[in-house]
Amino acid sequence: MPVTTKGDLKVWQRRDRAKQFKIWFAWLIGVAIFMFCWEIISDKTTWFFVFDAPRIAADIGGRAWPPRWSYLSELWKPMWDTINIATLGTLLAIIMGVPVAFLAATNTTPSKRFLRPLALLIIVSTRSINSLVWALLLVSIIGPGIFAGTLAIAIRSIGFVAKLLYEAIEETDINQIEAIQATGASKLQVIAYGIVPQIMPAFAGLSVFRWDINIRESTILGLVGAGGIGLYLSSSLNILAWPQVAVILIMILVAVVISEWVSSKVRLAII
Amino acid sequence: MLQLKNLGKRYKTGDDALKGVNLEIPDGQLVGLIGPSGAGKSTLIRCVNRLVEPTTGTVTLNNIEVTSLSAGGLRKERRKMGMIFQEYALVDRLTIMENVMSGRLGYMGFWKSFFRKYPQADIDEAFRLLERVGLDHMVDKRADELSGGQKQRVGIARALIQDPEVILIDEPTASLDPKTSRQIMRLISELCRERNLSAIVNIHDVALAQMFVERIVGLQMGEIVFDGAPDELTPDVLTKIYGEEDWEATIDEVDEDEDITIDEKSVEASI
Repeated sequence: MPVTTKGDLKVWQRRDRAKQFKIWFAWLIGVAIFMFCWEIISDKTTWFFVFDAPRIAADIGGRAWPPRWSYLSELWKPMWDTINIATLGTLLAIIMGVPVAFLAATNTTPSKRFLRPLALLIIVSTRSINSLVWALLLVSIIGPGIFAGTLAIAIRSIGFVAKLLYEAIEETDINQIEAIQATGASKLQVIAYGIVPQIMPAFAGLSVFRWDINIRESTILGLVGAGGIGLYLSSSLNILAWPQVAVILIMILVAVVISEWVSSKVRLAII
Repeated sequence: MLQLKNLGKRYKTGDDALKGVNLEIPDGQLVGLIGPSGAGKSTLIRCVNRLVEPTTGTVTLNNIEVTSLSAGGLRKERRKMGMIFQEYALVDRLTIMENVMSGRLGYMGFWKSFFRKYPQADIDEAFRLLERVGLDHMVDKRADELSGGQKQRVGIARALIQDPEVILIDEPTASLDPKTSRQIMRLISELCRERNLSAIVNIHDVALAQMFVERIVGLQMGEIVFDGAPDELTPDVLTKIYGEEDWEATIDEVDEDEDITIDEKSVEASI
């Protein structure tokens, strides 16, 4: 189609005219929708507050500075709790997520009709609800504290771990698996020798990646009473103690940077 | 004695890959299976150990009918059938020793194999075999660190440690250079003679097949069209198997003795 002849010449273009026009038209519609939405948002915005924003932000920044460093001594314990929530939550998620992954992968599931849809349902339902919402639910069920936070993190992470792992299982090289099957190995042995070595790098990578995400998520769980440093953040915010908020934010930032550094090191070491 | 009776395979796509193949291989015989791509060579080999499930006919190995076995019985019977693959099909992230030992999985319980608690007798045998194929000095290397020829040697050791009664060999040299191909084929034919093993080897290289096998079977469109000694392969026969082409150059006699003296040195060098 995109080849036309002009005299003796064969001219090649990426698209023919009809297709080119369709693409141009799609862009036109997209831009029109964007402009329309922009107008609605603009009408519903109180622009006075927006123009005022830099002054307010500078005001809060001024109150927050200098950070109240002496507050740090009270923060080590909740920060330690936060890291524990993230780490234990990730471990629990791995313990629960790995079997779900093997049930969900088409090449390892024992029953495509019953267990696989169930596993996929677990993956979708745990993934689609934010950990803050899980924490809210769990705090009202089992009461406030670190345990609720750990469970919230764990449940939220099951879907993540299981989904990425089952995709890795489905992408394994069938030749290596067949070779193990051909030796007369049992199903479990085929998994242990043919599949597990192939998915180890993916497994290690996604575990530290999820741990790294969970450090971030667990810092805010305290906002709904699920333990950790978020509890101190919310109480400092409530009494407008800006210098304390500044210390907490800096601490979270440092923790996140460190966790990211650790997870990238671990991933490099494994792959 | 391996007997195939009226063996047929129809894939779900409706293609008849095998149309009632009858073949009998006495103990200790190395059979070369030649034929054009898509003739059903791989299917035939995989139907023997039921990596591909045949639709009609029977496979019998030393009076045991493989095709009527249950899943558990098949696993037991597969221990007696070694298999060597075109792309080696080693588990990349396992060591050479673990890859060789995977040939013993059918004889081991799950937890012993999971924790790599291999019986000393098996380890002794692994060392003997690795020495025989020239790799005993690198047992702890990972399989993905090896060259193609070395990988295929590990593949051979894995098949032999099963203590098989027959070996199924699927294009063992298709990914190797001409010299390594000869070394691998020579190793296979020597080992079959030493252990009085029967073997079927799929092979594209007609000259190589003539050099090392004692009987050649020609497959075309899922049917056997030739069965005889290597020197019976005339241009007429090759035309029947593959179609019209100038075959004189292919059947050229190769001087084997000269080749051996060069190879022995190069084996040493490549190690």
